[in-house]
Amino acid sequence: MLTTQIIYGLAGVVLFALGVRGVLMHISLLGRVLSINVCGAGVFLVFVTLAYRGWELPPDPVPHALVLTGIVVAVSATALALALGRRLRVALDE
Amino acid sequence: METVLWNLLDLALAGLLLGLGWAAVASPDLKRGVILFIAFGLLLAITWARLRAPDLALAEAAIGAGISGALLLLALRDDPSSEAGDGIATGPVAWMTALLTLMLAGLFGWALLTALANPGPERLAGQVAAHLADSGVTNPVTAVLLNFRAYDTLLELAVLLAALLGIFALGPARPGFKEGGPVLDGLIRWLVPLLVVTGGYLLWVGAHAPGGAFQAGALLAAAAILLRLGGREGGGFPGPVLQRWVLAGGVGVFLLVGLAVTVVGLDFLEYPRAWSGVIILLIESFATLAIAATLALAYIGGRPSGWDASSTGRTTERQEQS
Repeated sequence: MLTTQIIYGLAGVVLFALGVRGVLMHISLLGRVLSINVCGAGVFLVFVTLAYRGWELPPDPVPHALVLTGIVVAVSATALALALGRRLRVALDE
Repeated sequence: METVLWNLLDLALAGLLLGLGWAAVASPDLKRGVILFIAFGLLLAITWARLRAPDLALAEAAIGAGISGALLLLALRDDPSSEAGDGIATGPVAWMTALLTLMLAGLFGWALLTALANPGPERLAGQVAAHLADSGVTNPVTAVLLNFRAYDTLLELAVLLAALLGIFALGPARPGFKEGGPVLDGLIRWLVPLLVVTGGYLLWVGAHAPGGAFQAGALLAAAAILLRLGGREGGGFPGPVLQRWVLAGGVGVFLLVGLAVTVVGLDFLEYPRAWSGVIILLIESFATLAIAATLALAYIGGRPSGWDASSTGRTTERQEQS
Protein backbone atom coordinates (compact mmCIF):
# COMPACT_ATOMS: atom_id res chain seq x y z
CA MET A 1 0.00 0.00 0.00
CA LEU A 2 1.57 3.27 -1.12
CA THR A 3 1.08 6.54 0.73
CA THR A 4 0.09 8.14 -2.59
CA GLN A 5 -2.68 5.59 -2.99
CA ILE A 6 -4.04 6.27 0.49
CA ILE A 7 -4.02 10.04 -0.05
CA TYR A 8 -5.80 10.04 -3.43
CA GLY A 9 -8.02 7.07 -2.59
CA LEU A 10 -9.41 8.75 0.52
CA ALA A 11 -9.76 12.02 -1.40
CA GLY A 12 -11.84 10.09 -3.95
CA VAL A 13 -14.05 8.67 -1.19
CA VAL A 14 -14.60 12.13 0.32
CA LEU A 15 -15.42 13.61 -3.13
CA PHE A 16 -17.94 10.81 -3.69
CA ALA A 17 -19.56 11.59 -0.33
CA LEU A 18 -19.58 15.34 -1.05
CA GLY A 19 -21.28 14.66 -4.37
CA VAL A 20 -23.93 12.39 -2.86
CA ARG A 21 -24.66 14.98 -0.20
CA GLY A 22 -24.90 17.70 -2.83
CA VAL A 23 -27.35 15.66 -4.92
CA LEU A 24 -29.59 15.16 -1.90
CA MET A 25 -29.30 18.70 -0.55
CA HIS A 26 -29.59 20.89 -3.63
CA ILE A 27 -33.08 21.90 -4.58
CA SER A 28 -32.28 23.21 -8.06
CA LEU A 29 -31.67 20.73 -10.86
CA LEU A 30 -28.47 22.46 -11.96
CA GLY A 31 -26.96 22.08 -8.49
CA ARG A 32 -27.82 18.40 -8.50
CA VAL A 33 -26.28 17.81 -11.92
CA LEU A 34 -23.12 19.59 -10.80
CA SER A 35 -23.01 17.52 -7.60
CA ILE A 36 -23.42 14.22 -9.39
CA ASN A 37 -20.48 15.16 -11.60
CA VAL A 38 -18.36 15.73 -8.48
CA CYS A 39 -19.60 12.38 -7.15
CA GLY A 40 -18.54 10.67 -10.39
CA ALA A 41 -15.13 12.35 -10.24
CA GLY A 42 -14.64 10.81 -6.79
CA VAL A 43 -15.42 7.33 -8.12
CA PHE A 44 -13.03 7.88 -11.06
CA LEU A 45 -10.32 8.97 -8.62
CA VAL A 46 -10.72 5.74 -6.61
CA PHE A 47 -10.46 3.69 -9.82
CA VAL A 48 -7.33 5.46 -11.02
CA THR A 49 -5.79 5.17 -7.54
CA LEU A 50 -6.30 1.42 -7.62
CA ALA A 51 -4.63 1.31 -11.05
CA TYR A 52 -1.59 3.27 -9.81
CA ARG A 53 1.33 1.06 -8.83
CA GLY A 54 4.08 3.54 -8.07
CA TRP A 55 6.05 5.81 -10.34
CA GLU A 56 8.37 3.08 -11.63
CA LEU A 57 5.80 0.42 -12.54
CA PRO A 58 3.37 0.94 -15.45
CA PRO A 59 -0.21 1.44 -14.19
CA ASP A 60 -3.03 -1.03 -14.86
CA PRO A 61 -4.63 0.12 -18.15
CA VAL A 62 -8.00 -1.57 -17.59
CA PRO A 63 -9.34 0.91 -14.99
CA HIS A 64 -7.98 3.73 -17.16
CA ALA A 65 -10.05 2.51 -20.11
CA LEU A 66 -13.11 2.21 -17.86
CA VAL A 67 -12.67 5.74 -16.52
CA LEU A 68 -12.13 7.13 -20.04
CA THR A 69 -15.46 5.71 -21.19
CA GLY A 70 -16.95 6.88 -17.89
CA ILE A 71 -15.88 10.49 -18.50
CA VAL A 72 -17.52 10.51 -21.94
CA VAL A 73 -20.71 8.85 -20.71
CA ALA A 74 -20.86 11.32 -17.78
CA VAL A 75 -20.76 14.34 -20.09
CA SER A 76 -23.46 12.93 -22.38
CA ALA A 77 -25.64 12.11 -19.37
CA THR A 78 -25.07 15.67 -18.10
CA ALA A 79 -26.16 17.07 -21.45
CA LEU A 80 -29.30 14.89 -21.44
CA ALA A 81 -30.16 15.88 -17.86
CA LEU A 82 -29.77 19.59 -18.62
CA ALA A 83 -31.88 19.24 -21.80
CA LEU A 84 -34.58 17.48 -19.76
CA GLY A 85 -34.44 20.28 -17.20
CA ARG A 86 -34.84 22.90 -19.92
CA ARG A 87 -37.85 21.06 -21.35
CA LEU A 88 -39.33 20.71 -17.86
CA ARG A 89 -39.02 24.43 -17.24
CA VAL A 90 -40.74 25.22 -20.55
CA ALA A 91 -43.52 22.78 -19.64
CA LEU A 92 -43.94 24.36 -16.17
CA ASP A 93 -44.04 27.86 -17.62
CA GLU A 94 -46.85 26.97 -20.02
CA MET B 1 9.75 8.85 -6.45
CA GLU B 2 7.89 7.88 -3.29
CA THR B 3 9.62 10.49 -1.20
CA VAL B 4 8.29 12.74 1.51
CA LEU B 5 8.42 15.69 -0.86
CA TRP B 6 6.17 13.92 -3.36
CA ASN B 7 3.75 12.98 -0.63
CA LEU B 8 3.59 16.61 0.45
CA LEU B 9 2.72 17.52 -3.14
CA ASP B 10 0.10 14.78 -3.16
CA LEU B 11 -1.41 16.13 0.04
CA ALA B 12 -1.53 19.65 -1.41
CA LEU B 13 -3.14 18.47 -4.66
CA ALA B 14 -5.69 16.24 -2.91
CA GLY B 15 -6.45 19.03 -0.44
CA LEU B 16 -7.05 21.52 -3.26
CA LEU B 17 -9.28 19.00 -5.06
CA LEU B 18 -11.36 18.48 -1.95
CA GLY B 19 -11.54 22.20 -1.24
CA LEU B 20 -12.69 23.04 -4.77
CA GLY B 21 -15.11 20.09 -4.85
CA TRP B 22 -16.61 21.16 -1.53
CA ALA B 23 -16.88 24.79 -2.58
CA ALA B 24 -18.46 23.86 -5.94
CA VAL B 25 -21.09 21.63 -4.32
CA ALA B 26 -21.81 23.71 -1.23
CA SER B 27 -21.94 27.12 -2.90
CA PRO B 28 -25.49 28.48 -2.73
CA ASP B 29 -24.63 30.74 -5.68
CA LEU B 30 -24.79 28.37 -8.65
CA LYS B 31 -22.80 30.59 -11.00
CA ARG B 32 -19.92 30.51 -8.56
CA GLY B 33 -20.40 26.76 -8.17
CA VAL B 34 -20.15 26.16 -11.92
CA ILE B 35 -16.98 28.23 -12.25
CA LEU B 36 -15.43 26.41 -9.29
CA PHE B 37 -16.43 23.13 -10.95
CA ILE B 38 -14.49 24.07 -14.09
CA ALA B 39 -11.41 24.79 -11.97
CA PHE B 40 -12.01 21.47 -10.21
CA GLY B 41 -11.99 19.68 -13.59
CA LEU B 42 -8.66 21.24 -14.55
CA LEU B 43 -7.14 20.22 -11.22
CA LEU B 44 -8.49 16.72 -11.74
CA ALA B 45 -6.65 16.60 -15.09
CA ILE B 46 -3.41 17.43 -13.24
CA THR B 47 -4.21 14.67 -10.74
CA TRP B 48 -4.60 12.14 -13.59
CA ALA B 49 -1.20 13.18 -14.89
CA ARG B 50 0.27 12.69 -11.40
CA LEU B 51 -1.25 9.20 -11.16
CA ARG B 52 0.32 8.22 -14.51
CA ALA B 53 -2.90 8.35 -16.50
CA PRO B 54 -2.08 10.81 -19.31
CA ASP B 55 -4.90 9.48 -21.52
CA LEU B 56 -7.35 10.51 -18.82
CA ALA B 57 -5.63 13.85 -18.28
CA LEU B 58 -6.16 14.73 -21.96
CA ALA B 59 -9.80 13.62 -21.90
CA GLU B 60 -10.55 15.35 -18.59
CA ALA B 61 -9.07 18.67 -19.67
CA ALA B 62 -11.17 18.66 -22.85
CA ILE B 63 -14.37 17.04 -21.57
CA GLY B 64 -14.58 17.25 -17.79
CA ALA B 65 -13.42 20.83 -17.52
CA GLY B 66 -14.21 22.11 -21.03
CA ILE B 67 -17.42 20.65 -22.40
CA SER B 68 -19.14 19.89 -19.05
CA GLY B 69 -18.32 23.42 -17.91
CA ALA B 70 -19.66 24.91 -21.16
CA LEU B 71 -22.87 22.86 -20.79
CA LEU B 72 -23.43 24.00 -17.19
CA LEU B 73 -22.69 27.65 -18.04
CA LEU B 74 -25.17 27.48 -20.91
CA ALA B 75 -27.80 26.00 -18.58
CA LEU B 76 -27.22 28.97 -16.23
CA ARG B 77 -27.70 31.37 -19.13
CA ASP B 78 -30.94 29.64 -20.17
CA ASP B 79 -32.46 30.20 -16.77
CA PRO B 80 -31.10 33.30 -15.08
CA SER B 81 -33.44 32.75 -12.13
CA SER B 82 -31.44 29.64 -11.21
CA GLU B 83 -28.32 31.73 -10.80
CA ALA B 84 -29.17 32.57 -7.23
CA GLY B 85 -30.11 28.93 -6.73
CA ASP B 86 -33.20 27.67 -5.01
CA GLY B 87 -31.03 27.14 -1.99
CA ILE B 88 -29.87 24.15 -0.11
CA ALA B 89 -32.01 22.01 2.19
CA THR B 90 -31.76 22.78 5.91
CA GLY B 91 -33.11 21.43 9.19
CA PRO B 92 -33.59 17.73 9.95
CA VAL B 93 -33.19 16.85 6.25
CA ALA B 94 -29.66 18.21 6.34
CA TRP B 95 -28.79 16.13 9.41
CA MET B 96 -30.26 12.97 7.96
CA THR B 97 -28.37 13.40 4.67
CA ALA B 98 -25.16 14.15 6.54
CA LEU B 99 -25.57 10.94 8.56
CA LEU B 100 -26.39 8.85 5.48
CA THR B 101 -23.47 10.31 3.55
CA LEU B 102 -21.07 9.65 6.43
CA MET B 103 -22.20 6.03 6.57
CA LEU B 104 -21.77 5.62 2.81
CA ALA B 105 -18.34 7.24 2.91
CA GLY B 106 -17.28 5.00 5.82
CA LEU B 107 -18.34 1.90 3.93
CA PHE B 108 -16.65 3.01 0.71
CA GLY B 109 -13.47 4.02 2.55
CA TRP B 110 -13.35 0.69 4.37
CA ALA B 111 -13.76 -1.19 1.06
CA LEU B 112 -11.00 0.91 -0.52
CA LEU B 113 -8.53 0.40 2.32
CA THR B 114 -9.25 -3.34 2.35
CA ALA B 115 -8.63 -3.51 -1.39
CA LEU B 116 -5.39 -1.54 -1.05
CA ALA B 117 -4.15 -3.63 1.90
CA ASN B 118 -4.71 -6.93 0.08
CA PRO B 119 -3.50 -6.44 -3.47
CA GLY B 120 -4.47 -9.67 -5.19
CA PRO B 121 -2.31 -11.38 -7.77
CA GLU B 122 -1.94 -9.35 -10.95
CA ARG B 123 -4.84 -10.35 -13.10
CA LEU B 124 -5.96 -8.08 -15.89
CA ALA B 125 -2.91 -5.80 -15.96
CA GLY B 126 -0.64 -8.79 -16.45
CA GLN B 127 -2.83 -10.19 -19.21
CA VAL B 128 -2.90 -6.86 -21.04
CA ALA B 129 0.91 -6.61 -20.84
CA ALA B 130 1.29 -10.22 -22.05
CA HIS B 131 -0.95 -9.79 -25.09
CA LEU B 132 -0.17 -6.18 -25.99
CA ALA B 133 2.00 -7.30 -28.91
CA ASP B 134 -1.02 -9.06 -30.47
CA SER B 135 -3.36 -6.07 -30.21
CA GLY B 136 -2.06 -4.06 -33.18
CA VAL B 137 -1.27 -0.98 -31.04
CA THR B 138 1.30 -0.32 -28.34
CA ASN B 139 -0.66 2.08 -26.12
CA PRO B 140 -2.20 -0.30 -23.54
CA VAL B 141 -5.25 1.93 -22.94
CA THR B 142 -6.10 1.99 -26.66
CA ALA B 143 -5.51 -1.78 -26.80
CA VAL B 144 -8.01 -2.33 -23.96
CA LEU B 145 -10.56 0.11 -25.41
CA LEU B 146 -10.54 -1.06 -29.01
CA ASN B 147 -9.31 -4.62 -28.90
CA PHE B 148 -9.47 -6.50 -25.59
CA ARG B 149 -12.69 -4.88 -24.42
CA ALA B 150 -13.99 -3.58 -27.75
CA TYR B 151 -17.48 -4.76 -26.82
CA ASP B 152 -17.65 -2.20 -23.99
CA THR B 153 -16.56 0.60 -26.28
CA LEU B 154 -19.08 -0.41 -28.94
CA LEU B 155 -21.87 -0.26 -26.38
CA GLU B 156 -20.56 3.02 -25.04
CA LEU B 157 -20.84 4.57 -28.50
CA ALA B 158 -24.41 3.28 -28.56
CA VAL B 159 -25.05 4.97 -25.18
CA LEU B 160 -23.73 8.27 -26.59
CA LEU B 161 -26.04 7.98 -29.60
CA ALA B 162 -29.00 7.12 -27.35
CA ALA B 163 -28.33 10.15 -25.12
CA LEU B 164 -28.19 12.42 -28.17
CA LEU B 165 -31.43 10.98 -29.58
CA GLY B 166 -32.99 11.66 -26.18
CA ILE B 167 -31.87 15.29 -26.40
CA PHE B 168 -33.23 15.57 -29.97
CA ALA B 169 -36.56 14.15 -28.83
CA LEU B 170 -36.96 17.00 -26.33
CA GLY B 171 -37.32 19.74 -28.90
CA PRO B 172 -35.60 21.97 -31.43
CA ALA B 173 -32.13 23.43 -30.90
CA ARG B 174 -31.43 26.62 -29.01
CA PRO B 175 -31.12 29.67 -31.21
CA GLY B 176 -27.54 30.53 -32.11
CA PHE B 177 -25.49 33.23 -30.46
CA LYS B 178 -24.88 36.75 -31.65
CA GLU B 179 -21.72 37.29 -33.60
CA GLY B 180 -18.75 37.71 -31.29
CA GLY B 181 -16.52 40.77 -31.15
CA PRO B 182 -13.26 41.05 -33.11
CA VAL B 183 -11.19 39.62 -30.24
CA LEU B 184 -13.26 36.43 -29.97
CA ASP B 185 -13.38 36.18 -33.75
CA GLY B 186 -9.60 36.44 -33.98
CA LEU B 187 -9.17 33.86 -31.24
CA ILE B 188 -11.50 31.47 -33.07
CA ARG B 189 -9.56 31.90 -36.30
CA TRP B 190 -6.42 30.82 -34.45
CA LEU B 191 -7.87 28.14 -32.22
CA VAL B 192 -10.19 26.18 -34.51
CA PRO B 193 -7.55 25.07 -37.07
CA LEU B 194 -5.21 24.30 -34.17
CA LEU B 195 -7.87 22.16 -32.47
CA VAL B 196 -8.63 20.28 -35.68
CA VAL B 197 -4.95 19.54 -36.34
CA THR B 198 -4.36 18.51 -32.70
CA GLY B 199 -7.42 16.27 -32.85
CA GLY B 200 -6.09 14.51 -35.94
CA TYR B 201 -2.69 14.14 -34.28
CA LEU B 202 -4.19 12.65 -31.11
CA LEU B 203 -6.22 10.16 -33.17
CA TRP B 204 -3.09 9.00 -35.00
CA VAL B 205 -0.75 9.02 -32.02
CA GLY B 206 -3.25 7.10 -29.83
CA ALA B 207 -1.89 3.84 -31.27
CA HIS B 208 1.41 4.18 -29.42
CA ALA B 209 1.16 7.13 -27.02
CA PRO B 210 -1.52 8.89 -24.94
CA GLY B 211 -4.40 9.90 -27.19
CA GLY B 212 -7.14 8.19 -29.17
CA ALA B 213 -10.66 8.56 -30.46
CA PHE B 214 -12.20 10.04 -27.30
CA GLN B 215 -9.63 12.77 -26.84
CA ALA B 216 -9.60 13.60 -30.56
CA GLY B 217 -13.41 13.64 -30.69
CA ALA B 218 -13.57 15.94 -27.67
CA LEU B 219 -11.17 18.42 -29.28
CA LEU B 220 -13.16 18.48 -32.54
CA ALA B 221 -16.35 19.01 -30.52
CA ALA B 222 -14.64 21.88 -28.68
CA ALA B 223 -13.81 23.44 -32.07
CA ALA B 224 -17.46 23.19 -33.16
CA ILE B 225 -18.65 24.69 -29.85
CA LEU B 226 -16.19 27.58 -30.23
CA LEU B 227 -17.48 28.27 -33.75
CA ARG B 228 -21.02 28.35 -32.41
CA LEU B 229 -20.06 30.65 -29.53
CA GLY B 230 -18.59 33.00 -32.10
CA GLY B 231 -21.94 33.32 -33.85
CA ARG B 232 -21.54 30.76 -36.61
CA GLU B 233 -24.75 28.91 -35.99
CA GLY B 234 -23.90 25.92 -38.16
CA GLY B 235 -20.84 25.30 -36.00
CA GLY B 236 -18.91 24.02 -39.01
CA PHE B 237 -21.27 21.07 -39.40
CA PRO B 238 -22.13 19.38 -42.68
CA GLY B 239 -25.73 19.25 -43.91
CA PRO B 240 -28.40 17.33 -41.99
CA VAL B 241 -28.15 14.21 -44.16
CA LEU B 242 -24.40 13.91 -43.72
CA GLN B 243 -24.85 14.63 -39.99
CA ARG B 244 -27.03 11.53 -39.68
CA TRP B 245 -24.41 9.40 -41.40
CA VAL B 246 -21.60 10.76 -39.23
CA LEU B 247 -23.58 10.15 -36.03
CA ALA B 248 -24.52 6.61 -37.00
CA GLY B 249 -21.04 5.94 -38.42
CA GLY B 250 -19.33 5.51 -35.05
CA VAL B 251 -21.46 2.61 -33.91
CA GLY B 252 -22.20 1.47 -37.48
CA VAL B 253 -18.62 0.98 -38.70
CA PHE B 254 -17.67 -0.66 -35.40
CA LEU B 255 -20.58 -3.11 -35.70
CA LEU B 256 -19.94 -3.78 -39.41
CA VAL B 257 -16.27 -4.57 -38.75
CA GLY B 258 -17.25 -6.80 -35.81
CA LEU B 259 -19.70 -8.69 -38.01
CA ALA B 260 -17.42 -8.78 -41.07
CA VAL B 261 -14.73 -10.74 -39.21
CA THR B 262 -17.27 -13.46 -38.40
CA VAL B 263 -17.51 -14.16 -42.15
CA VAL B 264 -13.91 -15.43 -42.18
CA GLY B 265 -14.53 -17.65 -39.18
CA LEU B 266 -13.37 -15.39 -36.33
CA ASP B 267 -15.47 -14.48 -33.31
CA PHE B 268 -17.48 -11.25 -33.14
CA LEU B 269 -15.02 -8.33 -32.84
CA GLU B 270 -11.97 -10.62 -33.01
CA TYR B 271 -9.63 -8.89 -35.43
CA PRO B 272 -7.27 -10.83 -37.72
CA ARG B 273 -3.80 -10.31 -36.14
CA ALA B 274 -2.07 -8.92 -39.23
CA TRP B 275 -4.80 -6.33 -39.82
CA SER B 276 -5.67 -5.28 -36.27
CA GLY B 277 -3.68 -2.02 -36.36
CA VAL B 278 -5.45 -0.86 -39.53
CA ILE B 279 -8.85 -2.01 -38.28
CA ILE B 280 -8.42 -0.14 -35.00
CA LEU B 281 -7.48 3.06 -36.87
CA LEU B 282 -10.51 2.67 -39.15
CA ILE B 283 -12.91 2.18 -36.23
CA GLU B 284 -11.29 5.03 -34.29
CA SER B 285 -11.53 7.46 -37.22
CA PHE B 286 -15.28 6.97 -37.54
CA ALA B 287 -15.69 6.93 -33.76
CA THR B 288 -13.82 10.27 -33.51
CA LEU B 289 -16.20 11.94 -35.97
CA ALA B 290 -19.25 10.43 -34.25
CA ILE B 291 -18.08 11.47 -30.76
CA ALA B 292 -17.28 14.98 -31.98
CA ALA B 293 -20.67 15.35 -33.65
CA THR B 294 -22.50 13.87 -30.65
CA LEU B 295 -20.86 16.13 -28.08
CA ALA B 296 -21.21 19.25 -30.22
CA LEU B 297 -24.88 18.55 -31.02
CA ALA B 298 -25.52 17.76 -27.36
CA TYR B 299 -24.21 21.24 -26.58
CA ILE B 300 -26.68 22.73 -29.06
CA GLY B 301 -29.30 20.98 -26.93
CA GLY B 302 -31.95 19.89 -29.45
CA ARG B 303 -32.70 19.05 -33.04
CA PRO B 304 -30.63 21.33 -35.28
CA SER B 305 -32.43 23.14 -38.08
CA GLY B 306 -33.02 20.86 -41.04
CA TRP B 307 -33.69 17.77 -38.96
CA ASP B 308 -37.46 17.99 -38.92
CA ALA B 309 -39.37 15.66 -41.19
CA SER B 310 -40.58 18.44 -43.47
CA SER B 311 -37.08 19.57 -44.44
CA THR B 312 -34.78 16.58 -44.63
CA GLY B 313 -33.09 17.95 -47.73
CA ARG B 314 -30.20 20.38 -47.79
CA THR B 315 -31.22 23.46 -45.88
CA THR B 316 -29.18 26.46 -45.05
CA GLU B 317 -31.91 28.31 -43.22
CA ARG B 318 -30.75 30.61 -40.51
CA GLN B 319 -33.96 32.14 -39.30
CA GLU B 320 -33.44 31.47 -35.63
CA GLN B 321 -30.88 34.17 -34.93
CA SER B 322 -31.31 35.92 -31.63
